[in-house]
Amino acid sequence: MLSRTGREDNLEECLRNLARDCIQFRPKSPPRVISTHLLSKSFFDKKRGEIKAADKVSLEVRPGEIYGLLGANGAGKTTVMRLLATLIAPTSGSATVAGCDVVREPGAVRSRVGFLAASTALYNRLTAREMVTYFGELNGLARREVDIRLERLATELDMHEFLDRRCDGLSTGMKQKTSIARTLVHDPAVMIFDEPTLGLDVMTSRAIVRFVRECRDRGKTVIYSTHMMHEVEKLCDRIGIIHQGRLVAEGTLAELRQRAGVNDMEEVFLKLTGQEGLS
Amino acid sequence: MNLRNIAVVYRKEMRDLLRDRRTLRSMILVPLVFMPLMIQGVARITQAVTSKAMAETAVVQILGGADSPDVTGRLKSDTKLRIEPATQDWKQLIADKKIRAAVKIPDDFDSDLRSGAGGQVTIYNYAGEIRSGFAATELDSFFRNLSGERVRQSLESRGLSVALLKPFTTVHENVAPPEKVAGNRVGGLVPYFIVILCFVGAIYPAVDLTAGEKERGTMETLLCSPLARTEIVLGKFLMVLSCALASVVVACVSMLLSFHFSGLKSGGGTADLGLTHVDPAGVAGVLVLIIPVAVLLSAILLTLGVWARSHREALTYMQPFMFLILVPAVIGMLPGIELNAHYALVPILNLSLACREMLSGVWHSYYLALIFISLSTYAALALALAVRMFNREAVIFRT
Repeated sequence: MLSRTGREDNLEECLRNLARDCIQFRPKSPPRVISTHLLSKSFFDKKRGEIKAADKVSLEVRPGEIYGLLGANGAGKTTVMRLLATLIAPTSGSATVAGCDVVREPGAVRSRVGFLAASTALYNRLTAREMVTYFGELNGLARREVDIRLERLATELDMHEFLDRRCDGLSTGMKQKTSIARTLVHDPAVMIFDEPTLGLDVMTSRAIVRFVRECRDRGKTVIYSTHMMHEVEKLCDRIGIIHQGRLVAEGTLAELRQRAGVNDMEEVFLKLTGQEGLS
Repeated sequence: MNLRNIAVVYRKEMRDLLRDRRTLRSMILVPLVFMPLMIQGVARITQAVTSKAMAETAVVQILGGADSPDVTGRLKSDTKLRIEPATQDWKQLIADKKIRAAVKIPDDFDSDLRSGAGGQVTIYNYAGEIRSGFAATELDSFFRNLSGERVRQSLESRGLSVALLKPFTTVHENVAPPEKVAGNRVGGLVPYFIVILCFVGAIYPAVDLTAGEKERGTMETLLCSPLARTEIVLGKFLMVLSCALASVVVACVSMLLSFHFSGLKSGGGTADLGLTHVDPAGVAGVLVLIIPVAVLLSAILLTLGVWARSHREALTYMQPFMFLILVPAVIGMLPGIELNAHYALVPILNLSLACREMLSGVWHSYYLALIFISLSTYAALALALAVRMFNREAVIFRT
């Protein structure tokens, strides 16, 4: 048997290290929690014919970031949000949320998502406690587990005072807290906010914005639709601008400003949506 | 499909609806209080009005008869009649209810009666007016007695027996037990009330749980949950069905109790209005048929509610539908309509005819099976339609 030289031993070690590095080193793309590919949704209207509410929207949202979907009224924000929350099905294209396909596994998507919109109301005749408990049970949680989570949420959101009051007797702020607890009771990985501050006063809007930040701080991935420029400026890590159903621009705030060549967010929006001359 | 999920939705809907006064009013209060009150009230008022009218001395005018003092005198002495002097405007007086009827005595009536020459007495009354009708009946009875008396005198004067006029007599004997008589009497009415009660009980929850939720924005909240839409709609459907059945059960129990304790009787017969003496087997049969009917109506109402954009729109669909399905229920009450294979396939009409037969003790097993199968099929189709509608995003987001 030939004796191994120190040089051979060295080579062997080098090869071993290389092999280990090759195994460990995989070409890494940023992980995505929400991913859509050419996601489209068309509606048929008797008067207007086919309406493309979402037109080949491709976007990606990374873990722990707040992605803002900015668009004017009727631009297609709500459609995209509803598609991601599986409230409606796409006409074409695909999307995954928290690793689940929105078409093939809609129930699994919804169990991983907390959806809060201006249009998602509370049951007036239920108390705040019953409302949150109901959605905990709908998410498959055992009653005991729901009680534990509700207690924690009530403490965090300062809800104890009105927990056993009927929702129709709550103030707007209390209702928002109840809605937030409703969206969080099943501890979703992804939060979808569809214009959550629409029609709310300044204080309640600020509370919502603070809550969205807290969601990110807890490691949740957030997609947030709005038509308010100051909200995306304050909140969002990356922004997608949607216009007439199409995602016309995407990037960080700085990237979008650079691309538009202006600093003011309103100007950025108008330039990138091609409506500059209309303003 | 997960039964636990359906139960979670059902429990929540139950809690929610029981806190709503409008639901309690339509599901509990109306069938519990108003329906028996209405039926008993109508029956009691009818009884009271009829008794009063029968006890009243009928005011009548005698037209002519000046040459017939015998008959006019006898009319005047009739304690059930009060004769007023004849006037030219007697027709108007009847119409104005100043007098109840008038009788025209032909000329020479007394002498013609004695000679047997005959003649025609005309009684005038106001058709449809109960007191006028009683007065006419009283006059008719007077002249029939007079006619009988004259015939008897005539026969006796010729040495003939009155028995010649009636060589034999006929007597009607009822062989049907009281429950059958009662069942036959109310059998046609039962489906009519069942349909109304199902509607009264189901209409509000059907609207509230569908169009109402769309309007209030809670539908979208609910759809955010991981439940399949079929599970959600089935939970809601079971709630609507429960309300429909609860309404029927509450009304039936309430009516039975009220009749039992009030002792209200119908038109002097031995059987009461039918609800305490109906055949238990017939009642069981009706209960079996109520279930598919309640499923059918609940599913249709739920479908209409899902389709509608708002509470108001839902009601505009449901009200005409109620009249539409009451038509076969009313047809089923008409005399001469008998259960056959064709009618057994017509929803509601088949229930109406089957109830009449079952409650009067007639059991056509073939038709009853056909009715049950057809009603169950319609109910299943209606429920499938409700589920399909709820699963259509164009419908559920139609706001």
